[in-house]
Amino acid sequence: MSSFKVQYPINGEDFVSAGEASRKLKKVLQNLGVDPQIIRKATVAMYEGEINMVIHADGGVIDVEITPEKIHLFLRDKGPGIPNIDLAMTEGYSTASDNVRELGFGAGMGLPNMNKYTDYMNITTEVGVGTTIEMIVNTKSAS
Amino acid sequence: MQNNIIHSVTLDKEKCKGCTNCIKMCPTQAIRVRKKKAKIIKELCIDCGECIRVCPYHAKKAVTDNLDIINNYKYKIALPAPAFYGQFDKATDINSILHALVKIGFDDVFEVAYAAQIVTEKTKKMIASGELEIPIISSACPAVVKLITTKYPSLIDNIVPLISPMNLAAKLARQTAEEKTPYKGSEIGIFFITPCAAKATCTKYPHGIKESCIDGVFSFRDIYLKVLSHLKDNGGGEELSKAGFKGVCWANSGGEVSSLDIDNYIAVDGIHNVVQVLDEIENDRLSDVVYVEALACTGGCVGGPLAVENNFVAQTRVKRMAKTARSSSLVDISDEAVKWEVPVYSRKQRTLDDDMVVAMEKLTKMNEIYEGLPQLDCGSCGAPNCRALAEDIVLGYATENDCIFKYKERMVQLANEMLAVRNEEE
Repeated sequence: MSSFKVQYPINGEDFVSAGEASRKLKKVLQNLGVDPQIIRKATVAMYEGEINMVIHADGGVIDVEITPEKIHLFLRDKGPGIPNIDLAMTEGYSTASDNVRELGFGAGMGLPNMNKYTDYMNITTEVGVGTTIEMIVNTKSAS
Repeated sequence: MQNNIIHSVTLDKEKCKGCTNCIKMCPTQAIRVRKKKAKIIKELCIDCGECIRVCPYHAKKAVTDNLDIINNYKYKIALPAPAFYGQFDKATDINSILHALVKIGFDDVFEVAYAAQIVTEKTKKMIASGELEIPIISSACPAVVKLITTKYPSLIDNIVPLISPMNLAAKLARQTAEEKTPYKGSEIGIFFITPCAAKATCTKYPHGIKESCIDGVFSFRDIYLKVLSHLKDNGGGEELSKAGFKGVCWANSGGEVSSLDIDNYIAVDGIHNVVQVLDEIENDRLSDVVYVEALACTGGCVGGPLAVENNFVAQTRVKRMAKTARSSSLVDISDEAVKWEVPVYSRKQRTLDDDMVVAMEKLTKMNEIYEGLPQLDCGSCGAPNCRALAEDIVLGYATENDCIFKYKERMVQLANEMLAVRNEEE
């Protein structure tokens, strides 16, 4: 089956370029003619993931595979891991440091938003080893 | 969708030297230089007028009407945008400017600032209704509305579905004229005095309403001198101005939101700043903001590309004028009469191919081409940056030889090949 693959390395602690990968993905999806609402879902989910990787995990790698049916996002980091996924999925819960919050990040909406904007999300995490988040946004669903 | 290709910004081919100033400033990358002349990609132009502002040869202009067309009507009404009040250093009050408009040939004036006050009241109601997507984006600047339909179609539902002060003013001016004069229908001519190309387009191809009731449009520049000459001998007279402080303030950035009685708003001006804010909204980063006033021009409408006065000077003058404004009571008008009659649609998005599988192949090819380009974004090829050139190449609008560096590489290669041939022969 036809697909388009692209990889984005994410630098840790680099707030200046945070969001660049999701901006690039947006352009790719526009080039491919994906529905604007779907583009928005995929880029917001990826943006949140990207920010998380910058804030918590000292960066990582995002792999994207696009097919005519879906946008598959794979976010991998070697960060501290998530000790309690249920808690992390609670809106407003955040472990971000004060100086991160002062920059306008760390509102505790990252994972909840990623879940909200995607059609499938699976988190694999191990404390001290890292986190892998797999997300799928279907390109055919209308809403 | 019919409005997709309509824009007012055009090129004077004679004056265009084929430089790269405009292609670099265009927020939607809608300009290419081809065959030594700038070419506007009509599907992408949002009429913001950045190219008009930046062109050193004044080759970019906006299509407006000739003032003579007012003579085709028996009763002519001028609709000055509030920013017009900031253009004249001689004028100390709004009334004298309105009288000067009458002296240059109009029978009456209807201030857009007055209609703006009504739009403010209706906007407050819409915010309070809680029915709109947050953040709500103002629909007042047609260039911003076009930017959204061109580059941010996912935000169309955030635009407040109210007609612009200009179109409301036209509607009210016509109603008033039909009531108080013997003239009807096509005998009445409504003319908007515009600071920008986007509003000029909007008089002919408005968003949110089926048909504009504006019959012609003149820019600040078009009529500046005529109005100025009549300001000299102005001695006041009958009070023509009825717009209040809040309406006049719409000329400046922050003027619209200042009357909404809310705190959690942002007012952004300058098209490149608007782009950044729309990016933030698309990324869900501004969910605590209720209302966004977004104006394409720096400083607001006073900074319009067709304005005469320096926008910072004009801003201060507008503020001073606003204080002298005499507010009269607002006409009673139904909510429905100010709402959009028709929805606003996304413009066709520029993709590599309608078939996604083909588009993927082209995207792979495009990335390969991009990797081979110097990535200096110099603009010499006529595209705003190397990525845009790669896109143009893959779409068949340009070739790699348009890149001056690739061309040079190719020349060196050819020269080496010729040398090799000669060496073989010797």
